[in-house]
Parts: sequence; structure tokens; C-alpha cells
Amino acid sequence: MEAINSIPLNYYIILSTALFCIGALGVMMRRNAIIMFMCIELMLNAVNLLMVAFSRYLGDSNGQVFVFFIMAVAAAEVAVGLAILIMIYRNANTSDTEVLNELKW
Amino acid sequence: MSITLIIFWFLSFLALLSAAIVVFAKNPVYSVLFLIVTFFAIAGHYLLLSAQFLAAVHIIVYAGAIMVLFLYVIMMLNLNQETEPHKKPLIKFIAVIAAGLLMLTLVAAFKGTEITVITNADPSIGSVETLGKVLFKEFLLPFEVSSILFLAAMVGAVYLSKKDLN
Repeated sequence: MEAINSIPLNYYIILSTALFCIGALGVMMRRNAIIMFMCIELMLNAVNLLMVAFSRYLGDSNGQVFVFFIMAVAAAEVAVGLAILIMIYRNANTSDTEVLNELKW
Repeated sequence: MSITLIIFWFLSFLALLSAAIVVFAKNPVYSVLFLIVTFFAIAGHYLLLSAQFLAAVHIIVYAGAIMVLFLYVIMMLNLNQETEPHKKPLIKFIAVIAAGLLMLTLVAAFKGTEITVITNADPSIGSVETLGKVLFKEFLLPFEVSSILFLAAMVGAVYLSKKDLN
């Protein structure tokens, strides 16, 4: 049941890259701000997975501590971000990013 | 094909498929539910990499806290399939092409790199004991600072979601 003996590190790199690109695709093609936020979480998780894989294959536990901190920051980010989204929804009555275009050039 | 490899392919397929459904689902509630499936698949990958502590923290923080928050906000704003805004098909097509090019670029960049892997690494680096020692010896200050970050985030979230800011 040890991944390190039977799975090459390259598999994890490709998997994380694919997850990251799906997240980036979501940010580019969705208009709902909440879905875009979820796709950003997806990208964060792809990076976390890659960091854990590197930490395991290079035998260094610092990488896993970094992942722990990334999770902590992501939790704080989601709390504040969703509060901002709720406030925007209250004022503009939408979460559509193409309606909220006052800062757009 | 060993059992580990089968589990790896199953978890990878599950993660990628449900991540794709998150992006392409028309109903936001489905997106949230399939994001939870993705997170569980990633937690399975952590277990496969013998990072038990992170797998537990991942499920508690993401599936337990963050996704509940997302689901709660979506239900509070009453988002559903009818209110879901959509981009033009041309923009969607361009987005898919751009993401595919990003994937191609990253994979091509990784192809050329040489990574030396340690095969006899200590299997206990993902255990609670080892991580706890590292966390409270080398990373004690960042750990304590992150508690201040949480306090600030909590105050900020409560302040922002108050009805009248006066």
C-alpha cells in the first residue's frame, strides 16, 4: 500500500497539472462568482497534492507542514471571501461577474 | 498491475471527473456536491502517500467546514439552474483552448526536468508524531501567527456580513 514503490512521481505531477488546469478553466469560463471561488479552491488543492507528493518522494516533512499552513490560509480566505460575496449580493442582487463591472476598463 | 496502482488510477479518475463536473455543471448545488467528491479523492491520495495527518485535516477542513460554508451560502442566496449566468459559447470555447494550452505548456516544461527521488525515504514523515514535532519546533512562530490570521478573518467575516455597516 505504499505509493512510493509502485507509482512514479511523474504520475502525480501530471495529475496535479490536470487538476490545476481544470480549475483555471473554471475561472475562465464561469460567470458565477461563487463557482469561480470554488475553482480557485480546486487549484489550491492541486498544488497541495503536488506538495505532499514531493514531500513524500523527497523524504522531507517540511512540505507537509506547508500544506497544513496553506489549508489554514484557505479556510480564512473562504470565510472572508464568502462574506464579501454575500455583501455584494445584498447590494447588487447578483453574483454575476459581468454585471459587477465598475472596476473594469 | 498492483493493487496500489489500481487505487491510484481509480482515485485520479474520480478526482478529474468530478472536477470536470464542478466546472461544467449547470446547477451550482451540483458543483458543490461534486467538489466534495473531488476533495475525498484527494484525501485518498494523501492516504496513498502515507500522509495520514494531512488526510484527516483535509477532510475536516475542506469537506467539513469549507464546503458546508459554500453550500450554506448557495442555499442562502437561492442560486439554482434558472438564475445561473452563462458566457457566450465562443468565450467558453476560447477558455477550453486556453486551459488546454496551459496544460500542454506545463506538461512540456515538466518533461524536461530531472528529479532525483529518494526510494528509501522514512515512511513515518506523514505521521502525527513527526509533523507535530516539526510544527512545534521549526514552525512555532508561523503556527502562532496563523491563529492571529484566523482571529482577523473571523472578525472580518462577521463585520462584512452585518446588515448595516453603520
